[in-house]
Amino acid sequence: MPLTLTLNNVSKAYDDDKILSGLSYTFSAGETHILMGANGCGKSTLLRICALLEQPDSGSLAYSSGNGELQVGLELRRRITLVLPKVGVFNSTVFNNLAYGLKIRSIAKNERTERVIKMLKFIGLEHKKNRNALTLSSGEAQRLGIGRALVIEPDLLFLDEPTASIDNKNRELIEAIILQMKEAGHTTIIMTTHDSSQAERLSKRIILMKNGKLGAA
Amino acid sequence: MDSIWEGFVKAFALILSFDRELLDILLMSLRVSGSALIIASILGIAMGTLTALRRFPFRDTLITVLHSCMGLPSVLVGLLLYLILSRSGPMGFMALLYTPSAMILAQVILAFPIIASLTHSAVLSVDPIIRLTAQTLGATPFQAAKAVVHEARFGIMSAMVAGFGRAISEVGAVLIVGGNIAGFTRVMTTTIALETDKGNFALALAIGLILLAVSVCINLAFYRIQRRTTAGRS
Ligand SMILES: Nc1ncnc2c1ncn2[C@@H]1O[C@H](COP(=O)(O)OP(=O)(O)O)[C@@H](O)[C@H]1O
Ligand SMILES: [Mg+2]
Repeated sequence: MPLTLTLNNVSKAYDDDKILSGLSYTFSAGETHILMGANGCGKSTLLRICALLEQPDSGSLAYSSGNGELQVGLELRRRITLVLPKVGVFNSTVFNNLAYGLKIRSIAKNERTERVIKMLKFIGLEHKKNRNALTLSSGEAQRLGIGRALVIEPDLLFLDEPTASIDNKNRELIEAIILQMKEAGHTTIIMTTHDSSQAERLSKRIILMKNGKLGAA
Repeated sequence: MDSIWEGFVKAFALILSFDRELLDILLMSLRVSGSALIIASILGIAMGTLTALRRFPFRDTLITVLHSCMGLPSVLVGLLLYLILSRSGPMGFMALLYTPSAMILAQVILAFPIIASLTHSAVLSVDPIIRLTAQTLGATPFQAAKAVVHEARFGIMSAMVAGFGRAISEVGAVLIVGGNIAGFTRVMTTTIALETDKGNFALALAIGLILLAVSVCINLAFYRIQRRTTAGRS
């Protein structure tokens, strides 16, 4: 079930450099939210904090589904995932890269294979499943990163600049994947982008980040 | 010149005849160094990983010490171990001197710092994005560490190859604590030393060739594993 994320007065500074200053916002469940803002304004930092990879200096984050607020812990962490702007690739096959999240969740091998193959088809990489993932182009690696995140069926998905520095064909493929996810509505998606026309193609919910605060565009 | 040539011919004859003594010596070497490799790998990989992924007091000192111990003079290790294991020594009651166990212990001491140091470097050189990626996918801290170690697997394997090379080619320590007793603690390197001393070059050469073959085989096997697992990588 998709999660609602509520930020309450979230602040973060790196060595006296205030990046986020008292952010409050509610990302509603099952929607696709697009975060825009100048380079270095703190979008990636906010995403890492929201994805529970980093702690804010102050303020709180609340994750809730239909049944109320969820405790922060491994169980919640496993319903959330973040695709990094430069995808980290394990030195192994494309298949094994996609299977990783399922393996650490102790999903049985049969189910794992089935879900990975299905996802490989969805992201158009099935023909490369036995290739070492380090040989993929940057666009393919980005698709791998998204597929690897989607295969664990997250309830909250963060995409940090998923189409920065890749070719048009891969950008279109990734936009199509995001739109399909959005249609299905099983996942709350929060993504950042530089590209305002892309933002308009993907969602009406566009948020601007400026001076460490969030506001509607 | 003649005697070298003659030595080689006799050496090959010995190898091809599957000489019983030769075989026993080879098996003892593999048993001792194989056991030492297993023990030193378990300890060394654990230590190398821990020092690469965790911060704790005196960590840097420990890393420096391990690094320095990579070049421990083996005769010194043999001498110290002899003093510890000899009947009047602190561990004399275990009666390990002049047994294969004493030789294994000596080789563990020599191989451990190599495996630990090289594992440390291998794990440290893994891109931090690997750990972060594992975390984003829901890994526990232990699972994330495992992903990093897995990423360093070829470096760790070559650490093990280097450790095994150190163990099986070592002669000083093993001679002191093993005693080169025929049929009991005689291994390839101590035999070469002894037989050369006695002027029995054929046997010494034969064993030298086998020793060389063992190390070539291990390196080839390592190379093949690496090739196979990274197949499809251009
Ligand atoms: N781990 C870090 N340590 C110190 N400074 C950081 C760290 N991560 C990001 N920053 C700084 O925080 C600011 C915001 O960075 P970031 O969140 O990546 O911005 P954006 O994604 O909007 O381009 C930048 O000035 C960056 O240099
Ligand atoms: Mg960024």
